[in-house]
Amino acid sequence: MARRTFSIGGIHPADGKISRECAIKALPLPATVHIALSQHLGAPAKPLVAAGDKVKVGQPIAEPAGFVSAFIHSSVSGTVKGILPCQDLSGNRQNCIEIAVEGDEWLETIDRSDTLVTDIPEDAKGIVEKIRLGGVVGLGGATFPTHVKLSLPPGKKCEMLIINGCECEPYLTSDFRTLLEKGEQVVVGAALLKQALGADQATIAIEDNKPEAIDHIQRIVGQMRAKNPKYAGIEVLPLVKKYPAGGEKQLIDAVMRRQVRSGGLPIDVGAVVQNVCTALAVYDAVQKNKPLIDNSVTVTGECFPKQANLLVRVGTPLRAIVDYLGGIPEEAAKIISGGPMMGKAVANLDAPTLKGTGGLLFLTNKQTKRMPESHCIRCGKCADACPMGLEPFLLYRLAKAGNMEALEENAAQDCVQCGCCLYTCPAGIPLLDLIRQARSQVMGIIKARAAK
Amino acid sequence: MDKLIVSPSPHIHTKTTTRVLMRDVVIALLPAAIVSVVFYGWDALLVLGVSVVSCVLLEYLITRYLLKRPSTVGDLSAVVTGMLLALNLPTATPWWVVFIGALVAIGIAKMTFGGLGQNVFNPALVGRVFLLVSFPTYMTHWEIPKGLFGVDAVTGATPLGIIKEGLMQGSTIPDLMAQHGYTYSQMLLANLGGSAGEACAIAILAGFVYLLIRKVIKPWITLSILGTVAATSCIFWLADPARFTDPLFNLLTGGILLGSCFMATDYVTSPMNTKGGILFGVGIGFITMMIRYFGSYPDGISFAILIMNATVPLLNIWFHQKKYGRA
Repeated sequence: MARRTFSIGGIHPADGKISRECAIKALPLPATVHIALSQHLGAPAKPLVAAGDKVKVGQPIAEPAGFVSAFIHSSVSGTVKGILPCQDLSGNRQNCIEIAVEGDEWLETIDRSDTLVTDIPEDAKGIVEKIRLGGVVGLGGATFPTHVKLSLPPGKKCEMLIINGCECEPYLTSDFRTLLEKGEQVVVGAALLKQALGADQATIAIEDNKPEAIDHIQRIVGQMRAKNPKYAGIEVLPLVKKYPAGGEKQLIDAVMRRQVRSGGLPIDVGAVVQNVCTALAVYDAVQKNKPLIDNSVTVTGECFPKQANLLVRVGTPLRAIVDYLGGIPEEAAKIISGGPMMGKAVANLDAPTLKGTGGLLFLTNKQTKRMPESHCIRCGKCADACPMGLEPFLLYRLAKAGNMEALEENAAQDCVQCGCCLYTCPAGIPLLDLIRQARSQVMGIIKARAAK
Repeated sequence: MDKLIVSPSPHIHTKTTTRVLMRDVVIALLPAAIVSVVFYGWDALLVLGVSVVSCVLLEYLITRYLLKRPSTVGDLSAVVTGMLLALNLPTATPWWVVFIGALVAIGIAKMTFGGLGQNVFNPALVGRVFLLVSFPTYMTHWEIPKGLFGVDAVTGATPLGIIKEGLMQGSTIPDLMAQHGYTYSQMLLANLGGSAGEACAIAILAGFVYLLIRKVIKPWITLSILGTVAATSCIFWLADPARFTDPLFNLLTGGILLGSCFMATDYVTSPMNTKGGILFGVGIGFITMMIRYFGSYPDGISFAILIMNATVPLLNIWFHQKKYGRA
């Protein structure tokens, strides 16, 4: 298998993908959902419903408030109870639309059949508009509205669409299961995205710890290409299992051998990156009129008795997922929404899932406990691990000293918060904790300077 | 499960802690240590024992009672310093001289600067050089390998010392080599007198390979030292083989291997960056050869490493690794 990978840094944590054999199953509907108005990057959406309204599955309940924003649809049928602040998984209050679930009645315009629609419409603008109306956002983590990413700045051309199937975070398997179970839809989604962007090439990049997925997608792409010229230029590229291969900048480096300059966008080097699940959501929105109302969530952890990959409606309380699988295990000390490297620790299990929720991971104290901090032994392992070529040991010292000028000079703003430095430090120094703060301060300074 | 931990990502961490890294260095030093005991007998074990115990004990006492901080001996770095110091001493060194060496290494070179990670100079080498200039008689009183169960200790000079002495008396190198019957295989396997750890090149290289496999160190510093020693001595040797020793002789005698594999690669006192490390190694190799050829000491690797240790902060400022998306 090809030994392609990104060129700087990276680490090899144990991949822990113990839920890889669990097929995606639908979680039974909860009694109530709380659909957050802010579950994408950008402005929170404006509600379109009021208390007492009856809604159906797939009905828009909030519209974009600004260019970078997204539609939000009801994930259930029932009665709107109100629009009220609810605590998110960190405990911060976010406005949510509360809906009491009654039955499961879908909008008639949604095609719920399993028939695969492989025809790719000519009209790129039409595809983007359907994606916008479908409320599709990037499901790789950042939840950036997809239609905005597809609206290229004037003068820019997309040479390569990259479909990110790396799933480099340990434990997570929802992208893998999606590739295996919805491979055809993902490939059609890729072709739709390629058409929308006017790109000649598309690469579906998959880490080589998922050989079944690589074979499966390769076979589908081969079949599609033979039948329909719209599928020409789509390739599957196996990548070395190395974290963070699925980072946007690292992926572009690995696939195209190009690097996005500091502060730049992928499109500057002719690339657009979309996640596997986003491609599926694009298929649903364009071919099936089905907006983004559910997503697959990996529920896992060695201490969790029942691993699963569940199809969960947006707005389902995390507790409903946990209770369905038998509750929180005794040994669990930390619950993480997302993967162990970049996921967020859950402080509130009553928080609702968002469009971008991809995993729920249970770790024991032993697995997650940080060791006591000791002196830096100058081994340089953090600098070797940093996929951005930064020197975390130096940034940490500068951050402690509050030296903003030197932090900017040493590119603290380029940090992608992947966690490789903190993971790898033998002295248990909380490198990223401080660099993360320094990074946002430096970014603030750069923005303020640009505004002048 | 009563309470959930909430903390920033990442939520998992490597198992390769400082202690694990130091334990690997101890394991890597074992072949050289064992061979020294086999070759030089119980004296070598005594030096090793006194050195390690003194280093650990001194670090414990200093952290607990002088600095009034939690003890740091658990990180095993004092064990490494103790082993390195012992392997750099003649096996006939009296125990109290070894203790003074440990006191200087841990007390002055390491703890005065703030402990592990803060010291500018390699502690074991500071200890060794302190003893070399303070107790020259003991420090050049080499035992010739007599084996673990050998009867009488024989003392004599090291090959480097003999060559230096001989050249001063007007002999030529080919004559001296023939006179003492030095062969390269002897140098590689079972040695000709010197510090405990210099007894067997193969044992040192085995430890070095272990460190590489375990990814504790990278090979660049070591290779650049060895390369520079070979290149420098090659030039001089080709110019005048009667006055200058050949490259292979220089690589296999004295402390070059022990120094380049274990002392110059010390994390704390070597550059963090590969390019900086290569320049650091070139400096060490060149200074060592200048001392060997033109200095008054037979070997110069200890001095060379300490001199280059002083340049590390500068090398760390000069050299940075290539950043993503920046020219």
